[in-house]
Amino acid sequence: MKITRFLKTILMTDFISGLFIAVKELFKTKKTINYPFEKGKISPRYRGEHALRRYPNGEERCIACKLCEAVCPAQAITIESAERSDGSRKTTRYDIDMMKCIYCGLCEESCPVDAIVQGPNFEFSTETREELYYTKEKLLDNGDRWENVLAANIKSDNPYR
Amino acid sequence: MEYLNIVFQEIYKILFLLIPVLVSVAMIVWLDRRVWAFVQKRQGPNVVGPFGLLQSLADALKYIFKEIIIPASSNKVIFILAPIITMTLAMIAWAVIPFGEDQVLANINVGILYIFAVSSLGVYGIIMGGWASNSKYPFLGSIRSAAQMVSYEVSIGIIIINVLLCVGSLNLSDIVIAQKNMWFIIPLFPMFVIFFISALAETNRPPFDLPEAEAELVAGYQTEYSGMMYAMFWLGEYANILLMCALGSILFLGGWLSPIDLYPFNLIPGAIWLIFKILLLFILFALVKAIVPRYRYDQLMRLGWKIFLPLSLTYVVLTASYLFYFNLLPTN
Repeated sequence: MKITRFLKTILMTDFISGLFIAVKELFKTKKTINYPFEKGKISPRYRGEHALRRYPNGEERCIACKLCEAVCPAQAITIESAERSDGSRKTTRYDIDMMKCIYCGLCEESCPVDAIVQGPNFEFSTETREELYYTKEKLLDNGDRWENVLAANIKSDNPYR
Repeated sequence: MEYLNIVFQEIYKILFLLIPVLVSVAMIVWLDRRVWAFVQKRQGPNVVGPFGLLQSLADALKYIFKEIIIPASSNKVIFILAPIITMTLAMIAWAVIPFGEDQVLANINVGILYIFAVSSLGVYGIIMGGWASNSKYPFLGSIRSAAQMVSYEVSIGIIIINVLLCVGSLNLSDIVIAQKNMWFIIPLFPMFVIFFISALAETNRPPFDLPEAEAELVAGYQTEYSGMMYAMFWLGEYANILLMCALGSILFLGGWLSPIDLYPFNLIPGAIWLIFKILLLFILFALVKAIVPRYRYDQLMRLGWKIFLPLSLTYVVLTASYLFYFNLLPTN
C-alpha cells in the first residue's frame, strides 16, 4: 500500500492523467456562447421585459381589474382607471417600475385577459434610471413589437396550463 | 563616427531581439488565457482581432490610459523602481539566448551563469515592490515570493549542474551543440521534470502562485500597483515564464536543433524550432495552470527543500559517477 502510493507520487500518475484529461477537454465543443453574436435558447415561459397586448382589432386587452397591481410582491405596478366614452373600463395610467420589479411573473399569471405579459426580451438596459419607469405607451409599444412572439409563446405554453 | 556606427548597430541588434520578445510576451498572455479557457470549455478572449489575438494590445492600451496611483505612505522611489527592475531583468536575460548557430546577441562563455544570476536578481523587483507599498498584503506576498524563489533556485542550479557535467561548458550555444546526438531530456528525464516544476515555482505560476494567492493576499506584491506599473510587473512575469521555457528547451530539448537530422526537418531554420519548443513548453505551463490546485505554503517548502534538493543532488552524483566511470567526461 505504501509502496504503491510512493510510486504514484514519484511517477506523478495523478498529474499525468489530469494532464491528459485537460488535453481531451481542450478539443471538446465549448459550453459557452459568443453572447452578442450568438444567443442561447429561451423558453416560451421566459419572464423578460413586460408588454401590454392588444386584441387583433387593435383594442387594448387590459380591463383595469388591477389584479396585477394587487398581486405584485414588489408593488412595482401603478394603475389608474376611468370609464371611456364608449362605457368600457380602461386604464388611464399603467406604470411599471422596472427597477422595483423582481420578474416573478405573478402579474402575467393573475391577468384574466392575457393583457400584461412578460416577453422573451432581456436586453433592455438603459443609461438612465428614468428610462426604466415604463409607462402605458411604452408597454403597449412593446406589445405591438413583440406580438408575434408573445402570441406564439402563450399558445405553445397553453397545453400545460 | 566609427564609434556611433557601432553603437547604432548594437542598438539595432537589441531592438531586433527585444521587440519580438515583447510582442511574443503579449501573444503568450493571449495563448495562456485561451488555453486556460479551452480546458474549462470556455471561449476565452476572442473579440479583439482575429481569434482575439490583439487582446493583449487592447489590455496594454487600457493600462496606459489608467491612472497610476502611488500610495501616500509608500516609499515612492523604490515603489516606482520595482516594476522597472522586474521588467528590465526579465528582458536583459534574453541577450544570451541563442536562436541559431550564430544568432545570439551576446555569445558570452558563461551564458548559463548570466541567466541564473539575472533570474536570481528578479526577486529584488518583487521584494522592493512589496516593501515599498507599505501595506500588509503586498508585504506578506513579497516575503512568500522571495522565500519561494530562493528555495527553488537552489534546485534549478543543481539541475543545471547536471547538464553542465554532460557538456563541459557554460556557453548556451555549446550546450545546444552538445545535444546533437541525443537531447538531454532522454538521459536526464527526471531532472527535466524537476526543472519544469521548479520553473513553475520560480515564475510564481500555479500551483505555486502563493505570492499572489488572491483568496488570501488580494494580489500579493502587486496589490498597490495600478496602470502601467502593474502592466510592467505583468509583462516581466510573462517574459520570465517565456525565458524559463526557452531555458528548458535549450537545456533539455536541444534548443534550435531539429528533432531528427533528416531532409524535411533540417530545412526549417533553427529559430523556428526553438520557438516551437518554447511554445510547446509554454502550453504545458498553461495546461498545468488549468488542472492543479494551489499548494499550501509548508507543502511548497517541503517539496523544494526535502524532495527536489536531495533528488537533484543524488542525480548529480549519479551523472558524475556514470560519466567518470565510462570515461565520458567532456574534455574541452
